[in-house]
Amino acid sequence: MRVSEQWLREWVDPGLTTQELASALTMAGLEVDAVEPAAPPLRGVVVGEIVACAPHPAGDHLQICQVDAGGDGPPVEVVCAAPNARLGLCAPLALEGAEIAEGRRVEAATVRGVVSHGMLCSAAELGLGDDHSGLLELPSDLPPGTDLYIALGLEDTVFEIDLTPNRADCLGMIGVAREVAAITEAPLNVQRPPAVGAGCEDRVAVELAAAPDCPHYCGRVIRTINARAETPLWMRERLRRAGIRCVSAVVDITNYVLLEFGQPMHAFDLGRLAPPVVVRRARSGESLTLLGGESVALDEEVLVITDRSGPIAFAGVMGGASTAVSDETRDVFLEAAFFNPATVAGRARRFGLHTDASHRFERGVDFAIARHACERATSLIIEICGGVPGPLQETSELSELPQRAPITLRRERLEGLLGWSLEPATVSAMLKRLGTEPEETPFGWRAQPPSWRFDLAREVDLIEEIARLYGYDAIPEHPLQAPLHVASAPEQQLGSEDLRQTLVERGYFEAITYAFVDPALQQRLDPECPPLSLANPLSSELAVMRTSLWPGLLKAMQHNQHRQHERVRLFEHGCVFRGSLDQLQQPAMLAGACCGPFYPEQWDGSRRGVDFYDLKADLEALIARTGAASEFTFQGARHPALHPGQCARIERAGRPVGWLGTLHPEHAAALELQGQPVLFEIALEALSEAELPAFRPISRYPAIRRDLALVVADTVPAGELLKAAQAAAGSLAVDAVLFDVYRGQGVPEGSKSIAMGLILQDYSRTLRDEDVEQAMRCVVDCLQSAYQASLRGE
Amino acid sequence: MGAEQHPDDLEALTRKAEAAVAAASELAELDATRVAYLGKKGKLTALLKGLGQLPAEQRPAAGAAINAAKQRLSEHIEERRTELERAELERRLSAERIDVTLPGRGLERGALHPVTRTLERIGTIFAGAGYRSAEGPEVEDDRHNFEALNIPAHHPARAMHDTFYFDATRLLRTHTSPVQIRVMEREGAPIRIIAPGRVYRCDSDLTHTPMFHQVEGLLIDRNVSLADLKSVLHEFLSAFFERAVAIRFRPSYFPFTEPSAEVDVECVICGGGGCRVCKNSGWLEVLGCGMVHPAVFEHAGLDAERWTGYAFGMGVERLAMLRYGVDDLRLFFDNDLRFLGQFR
Ligand SMILES: [Zn+2]
Repeated sequence: MRVSEQWLREWVDPGLTTQELASALTMAGLEVDAVEPAAPPLRGVVVGEIVACAPHPAGDHLQICQVDAGGDGPPVEVVCAAPNARLGLCAPLALEGAEIAEGRRVEAATVRGVVSHGMLCSAAELGLGDDHSGLLELPSDLPPGTDLYIALGLEDTVFEIDLTPNRADCLGMIGVAREVAAITEAPLNVQRPPAVGAGCEDRVAVELAAAPDCPHYCGRVIRTINARAETPLWMRERLRRAGIRCVSAVVDITNYVLLEFGQPMHAFDLGRLAPPVVVRRARSGESLTLLGGESVALDEEVLVITDRSGPIAFAGVMGGASTAVSDETRDVFLEAAFFNPATVAGRARRFGLHTDASHRFERGVDFAIARHACERATSLIIEICGGVPGPLQETSELSELPQRAPITLRRERLEGLLGWSLEPATVSAMLKRLGTEPEETPFGWRAQPPSWRFDLAREVDLIEEIARLYGYDAIPEHPLQAPLHVASAPEQQLGSEDLRQTLVERGYFEAITYAFVDPALQQRLDPECPPLSLANPLSSELAVMRTSLWPGLLKAMQHNQHRQHERVRLFEHGCVFRGSLDQLQQPAMLAGACCGPFYPEQWDGSRRGVDFYDLKADLEALIARTGAASEFTFQGARHPALHPGQCARIERAGRPVGWLGTLHPEHAAALELQGQPVLFEIALEALSEAELPAFRPISRYPAIRRDLALVVADTVPAGELLKAAQAAAGSLAVDAVLFDVYRGQGVPEGSKSIAMGLILQDYSRTLRDEDVEQAMRCVVDCLQSAYQASLRGE
Repeated sequence: MGAEQHPDDLEALTRKAEAAVAAASELAELDATRVAYLGKKGKLTALLKGLGQLPAEQRPAAGAAINAAKQRLSEHIEERRTELERAELERRLSAERIDVTLPGRGLERGALHPVTRTLERIGTIFAGAGYRSAEGPEVEDDRHNFEALNIPAHHPARAMHDTFYFDATRLLRTHTSPVQIRVMEREGAPIRIIAPGRVYRCDSDLTHTPMFHQVEGLLIDRNVSLADLKSVLHEFLSAFFERAVAIRFRPSYFPFTEPSAEVDVECVICGGGGCRVCKNSGWLEVLGCGMVHPAVFEHAGLDAERWTGYAFGMGVERLAMLRYGVDDLRLFFDNDLRFLGQFR
């Protein structure tokens, strides 16, 4: 809402400066976003009257005008190209040396051999609108030479107020004025528009066929108006400052009344209207061509104004083209109605419309103002366009008007919620200033909300109003007193913070990517999991919900590779979305993606590329935090995103919880990713359950290590072999390490040599050679029979 | 006679031995010298063995002289050994000299995303006041995201939310406030939580991204007041910016709180004097808050007469931008290493 300060002060004038007033509004909840001058700083622009006018000898539609600029001096000679420059016209004259819009300076200039000693200006040239079709026509009663700033009252400021949806009452000047009066206690100077007597008896029959949607309809016939009349400059200026475009006198007047009272109005061309007017729900199959020329298909959800031809207006939203006022209009029928907010809400948006009317009606328009607005519009039309008014017609279904029950406000509740006590007299006075006509009761007050405040319905609404008027800043701060409980510190639950920190220590940077991704990329990486599609995505590339964190991470990797980062290590922690809408899972995942050299470039480090085992070590570090490493296994498996030979499914206690592998080279090529990206993703839930450390005694006897080199088929998983060896060695084997895997000379084709060390120890005695030998024999026998393993060199 | 020659022999031998010790330039050489003179078959040892040929009355004196010479030599050898060892160590130390200015080897530390870093700080600050962290789903239903928060269908406040929908009733949550409802429904009162998380709005320009982060706070108890809310937010903001900041509460409107307020903090860039970031107002809007609306209690099945509470919500990116001086919101989601690397 753009509010002219000048206009506002006509209605209420608190003793505050412009800045103080803006700040008072902001601190009362009417946030002033901007305080702007109503016009650019014009200097040397005066009212000029064209006292002589002759065509320029060079033609070209140029005229040489003699302009009276006031005072006793001779007229100023000005060359002018405007089509409306004519004898007797008053227009803004920028004198030599003047400053006009955008800081332009006006100097004497020779136009086709004639010196122009100034410039006659259009509205656009003065920054007073966008009309540059001709000179700005000023009222002829303005004395020439008057400074334009004074003549047009340009010494004004516009407050841009960002209204919250509950304050529909402030969508009219009257509401802002009431608000200023309430917060500053300044007197409100608003007159009810006087009733205009009827000059004829013409009426239009109105029927309210949907009374709950429209319980009150004010109408008025005005005959023989001049629809071509010029909107007076003062009204054009006020509309301009409010940000409303001028259209024609009748439309400008209804818009002006909307600004004054917040009551949207409509004027029908009575000559094109076929009474009676019926307000009803539309029927399926009906359509309506709107003022803008667009046709909308209607249904029962939509309230319409109809005549015998069918719908002629989209009630509370926009008029129809068939009955629109034009230059040819002679008779009009004015409408000022109350439409139920619930009836209008959402309807305009459904058709992609948003109008000044729908904005107000869906938030709630004062249901007692229509009559006054209608009187005001009538008198303005008669003043500006002439015409003969019919009687004011009011059609109402009173029982359907909003019922405003009195609100009980308890002192105890008021003070309890604010944490501060107020003098009862202060509260009473505030309630009065809000227009609620309060009544004191033994426990507090009873207040009747005014017709313009749709947001006042329950006790807490009044409490907020009291707090607002008292000033939020005046309420003291008070630290909350509450019982001090000791918080628990669960040790068997790992927070995501711990896991993130582990990855950061291991050289990962955390990424945060959008949860919606490109469907094509999603399909490429996780084709077996159909993603959830957004009904209204921002773009086709952000159209489906991710089922994995990989698409986002790979995109981020690509972004960095395109910026000369060969080595990228990223991780993300976030939700993925799997399954249909009705059976949706939203598990939190932890995923990583690395590419390029393992080490950052350094003076003697290896330049080897990151690989599967590096990320496996990172995963093992995460797993180690759970203290339950033995529950986790990595199984060779296949995943559509990953290299079939470098891919593992991660399981915890046999339950699949994640994946690790090298990005499939086909995908790497399609995404133009270099350096063999390796990825992992694991369900956070699988890592969040930790085991409490349980002490085991430390043996006092020495450990003995025996190394074994075994030759097995290439397909035998080394991890399995190691586990089997440890198991075969029995309880003496406290650890087993794998220290070499070798293929090549000395080992048959299709086989590999695996070297492992078994660490044997007893808790009750020093092991004898024969114990060790026996254990090792068991290991060799077992591996021979289970894996056809042979001792290397045998 | 041997007896007469003996002192001269001893003296000459001793001189020779001392010369050999002094000349030894390596430990091995010194060792050989020691063996040659003091060993079992050493030359000085041999003199002792020759004592038997002397007259008995001369033997004690001669023996004492030889032993004294041996003792001296032995000491000189030890001195020389120490010298040589020290020299050897010096040689080694100087050979092992490294360039300490070369950078360290191995992996470098990565970094948390600044949004996470900010979320964790906010969480830590509130944890200190006994707020526990709660979560809720990102794909929400209309009831939790709107209805139960007193935002019925067609409410004008919905238009301000630019919601991403899946169907008529399922959507991406537009704020973290639905967690309020979920916790109230699940746990009843009293409640003291914060709910950090990702939220989504169908909006993308210089100052909006379609996904961003919020932290919601909710406290429900007996006799909770606006004065309490003012206090907790003032303390939080002072803790977050690590200085005593001035704040102001402005009346505002949220359907799920009443009274509602927006909280401005004195511009942390210019200190309130006015700058580009605060649009010359000297104030920065950082939080929305209010007293839980009775309609919300009713929707969540709590007795609005018995309980009162406050709720607040803050934009994490906004706070991170102010804290670290980031001037472009979109940087948070580019995941550019040149950006992420600045938050180690
Ligand atoms: Zn500032």
